[in-house]
Amino acid sequence: METSKVIHAIYNDDDVLMAAVKSVKAKRHHIDEIYTPFPVHGLDKAMGLAPTRIAIAAFMYGCVGLVVATLMMNFIMIEDWPQNIGGKPSFSYLENMPAFVPIMFELTVFFAAHLMVITFYLRSRMWPFKKAENPDPRTTDDHFLMEIAVHGNEKELHDLLLETGAVEINVVDNTH
Amino acid sequence: MEYKISNRLRLTAIILMVVGLLGVGYGFITSNKSFAEVETMLASETHHGDGHSEAAGHVEETHQVETVRHGDHGSDAAHDEGHEVVDEHTKHVNHVMHAMHNRPWSAFYVAAFFFMMIALGALAFYALQYVSQSGWSPLILRVMEGITAYLLPGALIVLAIAVASGTIGHFNIFVWMNPDMVDPSSADFDKLVAGKKGWLNTWAFAIRGLIFIAGWSLYRHFSRKFSIAQDKANDNKNFKKIFRISAGFLVFFLYTESMMSWDWIMSVDPHWFSTLFGWYVLAGMMVCGITVIAFITLYLKSKGLLPNVNDSHIHDLAKFMFAFSIFWTYLWFSQFMLIWYSNIPEEVTYFVTRIEDYKLPFFGMLAMNFIFPLLLLMNSDYKRVPWFVVMAGVVILGGHYIDIFNMIMPASVGDQWYIGIPEIASLLFFAGLFIFIVFTALTKAPLVQTRNPFIKESEHFHY
Repeated sequence: METSKVIHAIYNDDDVLMAAVKSVKAKRHHIDEIYTPFPVHGLDKAMGLAPTRIAIAAFMYGCVGLVVATLMMNFIMIEDWPQNIGGKPSFSYLENMPAFVPIMFELTVFFAAHLMVITFYLRSRMWPFKKAENPDPRTTDDHFLMEIAVHGNEKELHDLLLETGAVEINVVDNTH
Repeated sequence: MEYKISNRLRLTAIILMVVGLLGVGYGFITSNKSFAEVETMLASETHHGDGHSEAAGHVEETHQVETVRHGDHGSDAAHDEGHEVVDEHTKHVNHVMHAMHNRPWSAFYVAAFFFMMIALGALAFYALQYVSQSGWSPLILRVMEGITAYLLPGALIVLAIAVASGTIGHFNIFVWMNPDMVDPSSADFDKLVAGKKGWLNTWAFAIRGLIFIAGWSLYRHFSRKFSIAQDKANDNKNFKKIFRISAGFLVFFLYTESMMSWDWIMSVDPHWFSTLFGWYVLAGMMVCGITVIAFITLYLKSKGLLPNVNDSHIHDLAKFMFAFSIFWTYLWFSQFMLIWYSNIPEEVTYFVTRIEDYKLPFFGMLAMNFIFPLLLLMNSDYKRVPWFVVMAGVVILGGHYIDIFNMIMPASVGDQWYIGIPEIASLLFFAGLFIFIVFTALTKAPLVQTRNPFIKESEHFHY
């Protein structure tokens, strides 16, 4: 793999960043990554990122939780050992269902929430002892960094980014 | 933007009212069956229906079941085996006859309450918008003001029907209005009802009702007045006044709404009580109020009269519909499950009658009020599609009509219920009246507040 270079444009205002993203996109350059200290509202739209599907995943996980709760309690309370506990009708699942609803609800929420969080960690590659991928520590405090791959158009990119209000522009070797 | 009610809409409302009134009148006339008529009807039912060859035995059995269910007959009568079958038969026929007489009253009352509750829910939601200083809703505050115009006439009608059912009617909705029930020398004496007569008596009922209605209408009157004055003011004094009275109203509302639900709904079963009933009714009325706000907003928007209302506003309303539907279900289930689980006879009869005689409406409304909105309004894209919101809203409103139906009917008409001419005609009548009053009120002021401090934010609201 050839040693590639990326250009890092650093901004110190999210509004300037948003404007910069729009003009870079208008010039049809591909933005590799943007590092910000906090969520910038509308940045994903301006970058043209695809919407997240994590809510759909969560819905399906919730359905799994509901099925797990139902099958579990149907087996334990109705099929395996249908005791008479305080006169509750354990002849069929439906007859005793109100008593199971709190558990069905909680397991649905439990599965939806936890599996969704784990999905989020996996998809965004976050785990303990993971090496932080931060090109510039200031981006966790008060600076915004836009990263664009250089394909021999270093001068053009440099001028464009300077025009958009970048306070600092560095060309560095791609680290990943 | 000024709104002018279209002739077509006004004509529709008037036709609905006329057709409804004819149907209601028909219901009252045909329900007035005599003892002999009911007797023949029951006899033919027994022979055709379940093939009991011995009519008397069947009557005996049915009557015992009903005694257990209703409990208000005095427990001594039914258990004397073989004790004068004829007397049991008379009692049974009388019981069925009363249930039939109650039906048009109850149908009228259910529909009246249903539309009143829409206006009251919208009023509470309106006050909430001011108190929470919401930035998204000022564009549709005038729509809410239009809906709440129905509150005063609507609530007075509900109260009038309730009182009339006990004065000119034969205690057709509220059995405790019968003075014999609290008279120890009477055969109809009921110790439990007599113990509650300090609260449950017709005078106190009427006076409390008038106090509730007066409080709600005063708030509605002044908030509307200040809201219109704010349009022409140079400062925000009127807005601050609405803010203050809204906060006061919400306190008043929560107490009176709770008491109103005991009086106007829970007391149809004077032997039964539930602590979270007021909340349960509140959740239902909030859903209905918000759904109708969404409907009227969409209607006016489709006419091009609310150009600044965008799909984010609709999205927010749909989110409220979704969330309050779930809140309603939560309270419904909390009430049901606690009573089902502990199974105390004095509480559980309430649900026993409903599950035995009202199986389809009782569980059907659960599907309409919970499962349907849950699945339809979960997706955030669907909440922005007008026809999707309307479809979900129609089901929600239907479900909550059945909810009120399930609260009132089992107590007054028991197993003689049916959704037929009296019920549908009452609904049509009040729908017409509601449309007429609400859309007339909408013409009285510009459709959008001009000097609300949050109106700019609302115009640019985007989610």
